[in-house]
Amino acid sequence: MITHPTYIYDIAAIREDFPILHQYHHDAVPLIYLDSAASSQKPYQVIEAIQHYYQTYNANVHRGIHKLSEEATQAYEGVRKKVRNFINAGSRREIIFTRGTTEGTNLVAQTWGRNFLKPGDVILSTVMEHHANIVPWQLLSEQIGVKVMYIPILPNGTLDLAAYERILRENPVKLVTVAHVSNVLGTINPVADMAVKAHDAGALILVDAAQSAPHLPLDVQAIDADFLVFSSHKMVGPTGIGVLYGKRDILEKMPPWMGGGDMIATVTLEGSTWNDLPYKFEAGTPSIAEAIGFGAAIDYLSAIGMDKIHAQEQQMTAYLLERLSEVPGVTVFGPEADKKSAVAAFVVEGAHAHDVAQLLDAEGIAVRAGHHCAMPLHTELGVSATSRASFYLYNTYDEVDVLIEALYTVQRTLR
Amino acid sequence: MHDLYREIILDHAQNGRNWGLLEPNNFDHEEHNPLCGDRLRLTLRIDDDGIIQEVGWDGNGCAISQASASMLGERLIGMPLQNALKIDKQEILDEIGIPLTINRVKCALLSLKVLVVGGLGKREWERIEDDED
Repeated sequence: MITHPTYIYDIAAIREDFPILHQYHHDAVPLIYLDSAASSQKPYQVIEAIQHYYQTYNANVHRGIHKLSEEATQAYEGVRKKVRNFINAGSRREIIFTRGTTEGTNLVAQTWGRNFLKPGDVILSTVMEHHANIVPWQLLSEQIGVKVMYIPILPNGTLDLAAYERILRENPVKLVTVAHVSNVLGTINPVADMAVKAHDAGALILVDAAQSAPHLPLDVQAIDADFLVFSSHKMVGPTGIGVLYGKRDILEKMPPWMGGGDMIATVTLEGSTWNDLPYKFEAGTPSIAEAIGFGAAIDYLSAIGMDKIHAQEQQMTAYLLERLSEVPGVTVFGPEADKKSAVAAFVVEGAHAHDVAQLLDAEGIAVRAGHHCAMPLHTELGVSATSRASFYLYNTYDEVDVLIEALYTVQRTLR
Repeated sequence: MHDLYREIILDHAQNGRNWGLLEPNNFDHEEHNPLCGDRLRLTLRIDDDGIIQEVGWDGNGCAISQASASMLGERLIGMPLQNALKIDKQEILDEIGIPLTINRVKCALLSLKVLVVGGLGKREWERIEDDED
């Protein structure tokens, strides 16, 4: 009998909050959802907050004088303050609502990058980035001639920090842009140390927190991030809303990206002036219901405690890696458990990742297969695709055990 | 009649005190409320001791924003500019004297915003507006 570590919080109560986890997959087997790195499931509290808005105070924000608009505005702006507290930003004006992580990065590229960089300047990304932190910079490169360079990784799946310092010394790096946590390797990158080195070299740092905001306590001031981006839907909130955090002095100097309603101070037929932060960057009617759901998600995570969520995931990661190591022919990528988030990208010898994922799905287990929007990393790892099991606060050790048994089944089937 | 339009507010809104721009002046600043298009411009004549001697407003907007400007202008005459820039936003809201929802608070505070942004800059106003450290 395998012994499970003790849960840090009441796992049964948490699971009760997520209606989707109680359904049967293919009407036959209990659903085991191991794809939270792609998108997390949502608790009743979030679903009901959205429904409550649509049923009782649905209206546009910032415009109306009527009571519904006031209530909607109050709720929408209240979420901005919740986000501020969640990441310990200095001001609510540093919180820009976006559609998600990708939009935040593109906004920085197209406003800060396009206006303050010149041909030959270097954007320094990393080999382990999601495409959302590579392609926006390649687009910028085509537009204005900046050069994109990449910090390499070491064989254990961590960044080569010696190479990082060397690249900073030898090149005119103006922005370091790095994932806080890799969506494939799970590697937790030392972004606060990297920020010190970036700033010493005269560069800014953008932190892609898509995979860290859901899983560990975030403090933008402790990291000293100039920009930080993340998405609601990976942290038990709805899709269609995310955050760009930026230091106020920098955001104030940046021109708007999209033009439209809500982002202006005055408009004449000859020209316009811009609204104050954060509205300068929020053209058009925002995702109001989604923001309100996002606020409920932040409340949900905060009530449990991000420190507890992180501690539980560290236990889960250690257990997961230990169990996976028992299965012959399975190779897991990324560093050891204490340097890693609860995600395991793996290959099964003699089996393609898609076939593995299909067979696991038949067992009720939802995993992702492919390159996980990180093709350069997979090229570096020397594989075309991996299967990825990613865990979140509602996953159990029993589910790990089912995964392990299912992997044996996969091997028997494909043999 | 609705509290929002009690007599004193209507009086100040319809017969704004100190209306009309001063020329010459040694303080001139304009701000907008982008939510509803209200516009307010404030000119002041300040003497060598830093005392506000004359006030001149111009602009247009809702009864709340215009009344608030009129009421604030009356207070400013004879006040050292340094003290005027420290007027607490709650005092303005108290003088309006009726509960305001968050979109209307912006109307009520537009006059103080013109004064503070003109005297101390936008960042200082945002700090006051946000109640942030």
